[in-house]
Amino acid sequence: MLEYRVEIALWAISGIIPFFMLNIWTNNNLNESINISDVLLSRYFLCAFFVRQFSVVWVVFSFEEDSLMGKVSPYLIQPLNPFFRYFAQHLAEQITRLPFALIIAFFFFIFNQESIWIPNLGILLLSIVSTFFSFFIQFLMQSIVACLCFWTEKASSIERLLFIPTLFLSGLLAPVVSFPEYVKSWIYFTPFPYLIDFPANLLSGNETNISGGLSMQILWIFLLFPLFKKIWSEGTKKYTAMGS
Amino acid sequence: MNLRKYLKIYKKFLHTSLASELEYKTNILVDLITAILSLAGSIFLLSIFFQNNGYIGGWKFEQALIIQAIYTILNGITNTWFNPNLTEIVKHIREGTLDFVLLKPIDSQFFISLKKINPSGFLEIMLGFLLSFFCIRINQINLNLSFLTLSLITISCSICILYSLWFFISTTTIWFVKTWNAIEVLRSFLYIGRFPLNSFSFSLRIFFSVFIPIAFITTIPSEVFLGVSQLWKIVLEIIVATVFLITSRKFWLFALKFYSSASS
Repeated sequence: MLEYRVEIALWAISGIIPFFMLNIWTNNNLNESINISDVLLSRYFLCAFFVRQFSVVWVVFSFEEDSLMGKVSPYLIQPLNPFFRYFAQHLAEQITRLPFALIIAFFFFIFNQESIWIPNLGILLLSIVSTFFSFFIQFLMQSIVACLCFWTEKASSIERLLFIPTLFLSGLLAPVVSFPEYVKSWIYFTPFPYLIDFPANLLSGNETNISGGLSMQILWIFLLFPLFKKIWSEGTKKYTAMGS
Repeated sequence: MNLRKYLKIYKKFLHTSLASELEYKTNILVDLITAILSLAGSIFLLSIFFQNNGYIGGWKFEQALIIQAIYTILNGITNTWFNPNLTEIVKHIREGTLDFVLLKPIDSQFFISLKKINPSGFLEIMLGFLLSFFCIRINQINLNLSFLTLSLITISCSICILYSLWFFISTTTIWFVKTWNAIEVLRSFLYIGRFPLNSFSFSLRIFFSVFIPIAFITTIPSEVFLGVSQLWKIVLEIIVATVFLITSRKFWLFALKFYSSASS
């Protein structure tokens, strides 16, 4: 992974959209209406950037390429679910991404000195756990989509469809608190606010329901995991290697 | 440059790539839903911004919708032509097939930029046009000849700038081999084009008009739509577009000098 330093740096840069959003929010004083101070809002978006960096998932694209190229067949013979392989890849890349994310955070603090804060250790650990949960939920969702490769050639277009609600409802572009009432009434029943909004609120010290958020994350993991198991076993039954 | 020959070749390109893309019919449907949802999502985001404010950066909600419409049209064009073709450059260089492109008796930039087409982008372009007609109605813009020509000129300039940016980044593949992520960076910057430039702070505004001219891509055409654009801005956009086009061409020819095929 360290061989591709430039790539990973670019990946980190491509995640800076939350900072542009922050700029719109503060520059137009939009945060006054939702009762979040400038400082807390800038911390929120910084945390959203961090959570996004460490929960981004691309398993569907890897799996699609491997399955179209016929590389899945040798993986299936091995006594290990091939998704473990992708899981390990994701974790390894997240670790290499840490220094670049820290550099971006450093620059962020140079420009926004008043928003420097140090979360206490307990909160930090909890938010690392919840970021990992968020990553795991997304990994499961995308693996389920990836398993559709057994039925259709282009599962990645379904993933792009699923990415739209993730982008707009997860809190990456605007904190969920600011959403209008008619969205807030149902959004907490979907997995989306627990992907970015909840861990980011937790880490940045904004108001949030810690136990409720964590239990919802665990609930979604318990719902999605059997579904993934099911679709995987169905898919492998359906799978025919090239040439058979 | 034989124009007729190139037109004929382009017809063949269209035919083959349409035929292959239409094999995936459900894919096109999924892409259409994606485009609609993505537009709905951005309008939702915009509505959050305008929830308690009448103006953002001097733009009303109805006026900001024009930017969304133009962004959607341009994004459709990107998905139809730029994205399928220019991401292919990366593949050509990694697999060494650029040699075959260079050996063909037609212009390599022409071949590389227009070989493929993704028909699902058309739906997005149509969506953008629908939204812009809606905007014309709610903003009570009267259609006259000068409005039409000016908006046509500015939008075509935007397309040229956008194309040059994409082509520029893809060309750097010749040195860096893998530029998927550079393309992602460009994509995330282009996302800014969904919002009026004035809603950003001064330093970002400078950045987005000098280094990456996103300001020119959507804001100026939208100002033309509203009839508030000054003439110098339009002239500037034309100059920027020409400069970008010429540099991207020069840069491609320059980069080719550094291209060594797979085994050499």
